[in-house]
Amino acid sequence: MKNRLGDLERAVMDVLWERTEPMTVREVGRALADRDLAHTTVMTVLDRLAKKGVVTRTREGRAWRYRPAASREAYVSELMHDALGQTGDRDAALAAFVRSMSGAEAELLRRLLAENHGESDRSRM
Amino acid sequence: MVVAALLTAIAVGCLIAAHLLLSARWPSRGPHVAVVAWQALGLAWGVSTIGALLAFGLAPYGLGVLHGLTALVRDAAANGLRLDVLSEGHFAATRVAALVAAVLLTLVLFWGLAVSFLQVVRTRRRHRALLELVAHEHPEVPGARVLDHPAAAAYCLPGVLNPQIVISAGALEVLDRRELAAVLAHEHAHLRQRHDLVLLPFSSLKRAFPRVRIMERCYNAVALLIEMCADDHARRHHSPRELATALVRFGAAGGAAVPAGAMAVVPNEQQPEVLARVSRLLNPVQLSRRATAAVLSGSVALMASTLTLWHLPM
Repeated sequence: MKNRLGDLERAVMDVLWERTEPMTVREVGRALADRDLAHTTVMTVLDRLAKKGVVTRTREGRAWRYRPAASREAYVSELMHDALGQTGDRDAALAAFVRSMSGAEAELLRRLLAENHGESDRSRM
Repeated sequence: MVVAALLTAIAVGCLIAAHLLLSARWPSRGPHVAVVAWQALGLAWGVSTIGALLAFGLAPYGLGVLHGLTALVRDAAANGLRLDVLSEGHFAATRVAALVAAVLLTLVLFWGLAVSFLQVVRTRRRHRALLELVAHEHPEVPGARVLDHPAAAAYCLPGVLNPQIVISAGALEVLDRRELAAVLAHEHAHLRQRHDLVLLPFSSLKRAFPRVRIMERCYNAVALLIEMCADDHARRHHSPRELATALVRFGAAGGAAVPAGAMAVVPNEQQPEVLARVSRLLNPVQLSRRATAAVLSGSVALMASTLTLWHLPM
């Protein structure tokens, strides 16, 4: 059940990201017609997304219109910033393989590897 | 008073040892043992500092720390918190101040731990929710999620129920298959050994004492050691050279492509961390068995003597 919900949330977000204008529950349901979702299901999913803060809604007449709170790219870079330890105060939550480093450091690393490579080649001969 | 003096000596000794450990070279040869040493130092420092303050404050009871505390609580329960015994004799005010300081320090430490824990839980929850929406599966990395971003990154999101390993499209681009496997093994080690829990107390110490630079340096040292532990784990099944190459490729691909902004947050003192990891992967030297045993028994002795001093009725 939980996986199905996650799956739906993702599908709904994909629909919202694809359109530029805010959508009603009915419109979202229609865009996902191949899934044959009940109106209430779509509403529940949109409600959950709104609670998570990734979707905002505005009233228009009798219907709510939903839109993504930020673009997909914005979320991806937020995650990347978290991961690379660039957002201060978030340490210990995630452990990145390598935190971001300066160009000079990277250069130093390349040289080190090249040197070592040369040595091991020589020792093999 | 002897107990107070001894506990003070231990507390100061812990600080000196921490300084020495920060500049020592052996930890990179035995990262697991070094992490144990850091944990013992951290714990012993907290317990001995609080103990020293209590021992001084409770000296009039003549019962030591633990029994003195019981006596104080019993007194307070019987006569209300009038601290009768303490306000007699010399240094009465100083003794009360020491007791207050001990209570405050305890609160700060626990508060820091609680806040860190909550912060971590909150960050992870949001991270997980967003990941659910924007990351996708990839046939090349079964079990991991992929983020469509050109910068190279690989990380894990620890958790009891649903730990996850995430890798960026940029990382898939720069790594070959065997390097990728080594990186994934490294991340698996983090998840399996719950390295995040090892790091948590140190991150909370850093939070509790934000102005104290040694706390931050200790945190960074432990964080680096944990990476080394995961590196060691990964190289049991993968060649260290592949892991080292992966590190270098990340370094070359990572920084440039990430939109600049908060780059300055990255700590960059002494030897660059990645360089330290690469060089020990390429020239592995193990800590000798005797040194390992010495560090471990030292850590046990430190904890044991601190706890014993808490129990001594004098």
